[in-house]
Amino acid sequence: MDSFLDTFFNWQIMQEASPILWQGLRATLLLSALVVPLGFLGGVIIAVLATFHAPWVKWPLRVWVDTFRALPPLVLLIFIFAGLPFIGIDVGAWGAVAIGFFLNTGAYYGEILRAGIESVPRGQIEAARSTGLTRGQTMTYVVLPQAVRNVLPDLISNTLEVVKLTSIASVVALPELLFQARQAQSVTYNASPIMAAAIAYFILLWPVVRLLSRLENRQLAGRR
Amino acid sequence: MTNWDRFVDSFFNARVMAQYLPKIIEGFGLTVVLALCIIAAGLALGLLLAVVRAFGIRPLNWLIIFTVDLFRALPPLVIIVLLFFGLPNAGVELSGFVASWLALTLVLMAFAEEIFWAGITSVPKGQWEAARSTGLGFVQTLGYVVLPQALRITIPPLTNRTIAITKGTALASVVAVPDILGAANAGVSFSFNPSPLTLGAIAYLVLFLPVVVLGRWIETRFAWKR
Repeated sequence: MDSFLDTFFNWQIMQEASPILWQGLRATLLLSALVVPLGFLGGVIIAVLATFHAPWVKWPLRVWVDTFRALPPLVLLIFIFAGLPFIGIDVGAWGAVAIGFFLNTGAYYGEILRAGIESVPRGQIEAARSTGLTRGQTMTYVVLPQAVRNVLPDLISNTLEVVKLTSIASVVALPELLFQARQAQSVTYNASPIMAAAIAYFILLWPVVRLLSRLENRQLAGRR
Repeated sequence: MTNWDRFVDSFFNARVMAQYLPKIIEGFGLTVVLALCIIAAGLALGLLLAVVRAFGIRPLNWLIIFTVDLFRALPPLVIIVLLFFGLPNAGVELSGFVASWLALTLVLMAFAEEIFWAGITSVPKGQWEAARSTGLGFVQTLGYVVLPQALRITIPPLTNRTIAITKGTALASVVAVPDILGAANAGVSFSFNPSPLTLGAIAYLVLFLPVVVLGRWIETRFAWKR
């Protein structure tokens, strides 16, 4: 038991590692602040394109979305980070993460927003168009606000997954929380820095999980 | 060499691909085995926890809720790293395969419990009361009346979540498991050519595209008409 505590909850080592863990936490937050809006933007583009029912938009879009939903994000990230430099495209760790998340989480946000847009009754769109709003205005002022509200639990849930997913950036040596924790662990031969990182993730994300669990219970229970 | 030739030579190099195809196929098998182990254990544990939670034993329920929250909040890669790189410092060595299996099983367990529980609570109270008043016991009511109804509505969210977590098997490559991505990475560093990565990406698409399409179909097939 003592050796367990000493290995995972060594207060002294946690304190010594705290400066570089803080740096990591800051990078994780910065990364999240970068990739969440980027993925959301990708999602809006996909969802709006999905409202065009022409087959030459619909089918390529579906292939695009399913491809990036089927490809594990880590595979995509490594392909961009380690594969593209072979043809002279080197975007660096931050660039690779940004592009990878734009493609991967964009597909997920896109699916969620598409469902949201489909949940807005057609009559709303017809009413908005008949008052003289253009297609774009109808989308921006009438459809999207209601769509977002209707799928809010799914959007929050996906955002939680995106923030958790930023940890894969450690694989391409981007100095976020998990990467820094591993650095500290390899210097100290002690797992406490990784445990500290896990605790930081938990403190950061637990409130979101609680909120979601309430929203989801209500959503599923409300189906009857 | 033109840009196009360079592109083909890098990402679709037939010689390199032929050389590393067997490794990728082995990795494919490993990914499938790992995924199936995770799905079997994760769903079973999730259902078990949800059923235990239905008995309404307070302290036990708090423990279940905390465990579920914990594994929903922690990134899977953090759990894998903690198990694989952390435990040896305490004298416990897990193989990369076992560490990845355990981590992703716990994550799937947490998400599955949450979904099963939501399904159980969605069954109207009247059903419970009617079943009990016909003389069924608590366990019989749960098994014959509540769970069959609850499971049906959990199928779409459960399918999507299972697919998402199963894709996480690629994380096993980080702890030196020669799954598809692990084999592809090794191929790239030996051949100094990214074609094995292309093969790996294709392998993942072959594995997961049908699953994603199936998930989409299940979602519409089992959706409740509003």
